[in-house]
Amino acid sequence: MTGKGGTGKTTVAAALAISLATRGRKVLLCEVEGRQGIARLFDVPPLPYEEREIGVGHGGGQVYALAIDAEAALMEYLAMYYKLGRAGKALDKFGVIDFATTIAPGVRDVLLTGKVYEAGRRRDKDGGYSYDAIVVDAPPTGRISRFLNVNNEVAGLAKVGPIRKQADAVTTMMQGRRTAVHLVTVLEEMPVQETLDAIADLRSADLGVGNVIVNQVRQSPLTPPAQDAIGSGRLDAAAISASLAKTSIGASAELGVGLLEEGAAHAVRQELQTDQRKVLAGVDTQVIELAYVSEGIDMGALYDLALSLREQGLQ
Amino acid sequence: MTGQARTTPGAGPAWVRGGTGGGAGKASLDVDALLTDPDTQIIVCCGSGGVGKTTTAAALALRAAEQGRTVCVLTIDPARRLAQSMGLTELDNVPRPVAEAGAEGGGSLDAMMLDMKRTFDEVVEAHASPEKAKQILSNPFYVALSSSFAGTQEYMAMEKLGQLYDEAGAGAAGSARPGKRWDLIVVDTPPSRSALDFLDAPERLSSLLDGRFIKLLLAPARGPARFLSARFAIVTNALNKVLGAQVLSDVQTFVAAFDTLFGGFRQRADATFALLQAEGTAFLVVAAPDPDAMREAAYFVERLTHEDMPLAGLVVNRVTDLPAAMLDASEAASAARTLDSGAETDQQVAGLLRVHAERMLVRAREQKLKRSFSAAHPAVATVSVPALAGDVHDLEGLRQIGALLTA
Repeated sequence: MTGKGGTGKTTVAAALAISLATRGRKVLLCEVEGRQGIARLFDVPPLPYEEREIGVGHGGGQVYALAIDAEAALMEYLAMYYKLGRAGKALDKFGVIDFATTIAPGVRDVLLTGKVYEAGRRRDKDGGYSYDAIVVDAPPTGRISRFLNVNNEVAGLAKVGPIRKQADAVTTMMQGRRTAVHLVTVLEEMPVQETLDAIADLRSADLGVGNVIVNQVRQSPLTPPAQDAIGSGRLDAAAISASLAKTSIGASAELGVGLLEEGAAHAVRQELQTDQRKVLAGVDTQVIELAYVSEGIDMGALYDLALSLREQGLQ
Repeated sequence: MTGQARTTPGAGPAWVRGGTGGGAGKASLDVDALLTDPDTQIIVCCGSGGVGKTTTAAALALRAAEQGRTVCVLTIDPARRLAQSMGLTELDNVPRPVAEAGAEGGGSLDAMMLDMKRTFDEVVEAHASPEKAKQILSNPFYVALSSSFAGTQEYMAMEKLGQLYDEAGAGAAGSARPGKRWDLIVVDTPPSRSALDFLDAPERLSSLLDGRFIKLLLAPARGPARFLSARFAIVTNALNKVLGAQVLSDVQTFVAAFDTLFGGFRQRADATFALLQAEGTAFLVVAAPDPDAMREAAYFVERLTHEDMPLAGLVVNRVTDLPAAMLDASEAASAARTLDSGAETDQQVAGLLRVHAERMLVRAREQKLKRSFSAAHPAVATVSVPALAGDVHDLEGLRQIGALLTA
């Protein structure tokens, strides 16, 4: 799940995880940017580098969450593949772990995506996959192709060796049929433009584009004729005041002017939404809309959004 | 030396109105006073992604230019149309004049987009012999470092800021900075994963280039530190296993070539940090009235204070502003229900009342966020910018934002 900053990417990722967790299915929801957005959303203490159950899904499945930390992932990776007991500690001591995770270009992304890769391939004792689905709250649109196309990132750096091998394996999974990149946007010009740019980037990197999810769509309380009446000036302050006189508010020309002004600004915003919706209609991928939640996002709202995603076929 | 230095005893800085002495939420930010104060030489706009930071930076720069200042705005990754609105068509790392801006009042505006790789290359070229520079620029590790190291963009933005600040030129008549091309630099900061990476980036880069690990890599070439070699062998063997032998040798080659530049980098990083702390610098934290952005803003404010950075105030963008605010949400909603069964006009008015009721709820939430912020940070001067119904595409739009910032 990617999207421009401020579009609600984490919220939609969490809603998708809930919606995917139908009967008995296990879903892992990961974050990779160290922001603890998932913990905040589910109102739980900060997540450690450890998969833990944080909620139940819509149909009785389980949602697990994991905050992937590059440094911990590297130590785990070293322990798992190289049995680097003493050397692992020495690496840490010499600042190599720090070097590799914060400074060496590309390595950080390989570690983050590598953990997703590992969780995606892990199997239980009975041979089935540990998780039926993994939802990643990924970096924003501007960085997503680079993040997933780790192969390209390290190609210039490591031509052979385990990091390169790992990057190749991760890239194969990311480009495979089982991975889809969903893009969250809102109906505003910049996020929509970034979404289109990201789709082009993803495609040229052979990464599968899933759905465009339009978040925070506002239904207008104004019917199209009402918007026309405001736009054309047929509905004026005097007429509004006359209607207000029939209510407990009472006639007020001043209020009429204010309401009209608000209505006009609202109409402009609606029109911009409509324009952006038209732009998105030109995208050859399914567009899903989620209604704006005016009360703010809490657990209840999260389940409503999950239901809305399911009803629109994302499950 | 911090922003406090411009505070005269007994009064707040010139751009803070009211609220000195800590009345919660009363301190408001006088943006025009800040922009026209000749002592304001650098304005840094920081904030999380998607809050309108770049637009704010551009609007401030334009307004300052139109008030007679010689301004350069450094943008990091502007939206296409915003860039076009300032006449920026290419990312070429060179400040270009924004046509007409400020000419009337004797000011001027130049705008540029940062090309981080080119900036990095130029730093290398400026500090290394041509031969060595060539060697560094073609090193695979350098190529990766300069184009994708997580802090490169932040670091280079600050590097560029330092360059622009020092750039010689005629400047404006009577400029507070004679001999310098600009008397005010407005800088947008990169939309970092973690908010203040640009403060950490110089430190992180110099700790990379100056760190223990790099010293170890250099150790065999330098001779001393041989006693470390047994443990070092463990480390290099482990790294070679994981990264592949060629990576480490690339890094070693790079480090050897870069060795002579380390001192310079460290110095520049320190100079940049000092410039940010200087009293001519003003930090503006930009936010939008939503919980995430306000939380980030609080973090920024605390961090800037902690680092002794001269914080001028908080800009809250896209605030819901309501002309009919005297009517509360529940009253509007109940009146709307009364009108639902009425004539066509009544129903349309019911729609308007519902639009109003919704916006009132949004506004109440926004105000609550602003209140909590100022309760926790009473000394931070704040300005709210009402949301425009449409997007900003041209200088006129930027001017409008500038006017709202200073209303």
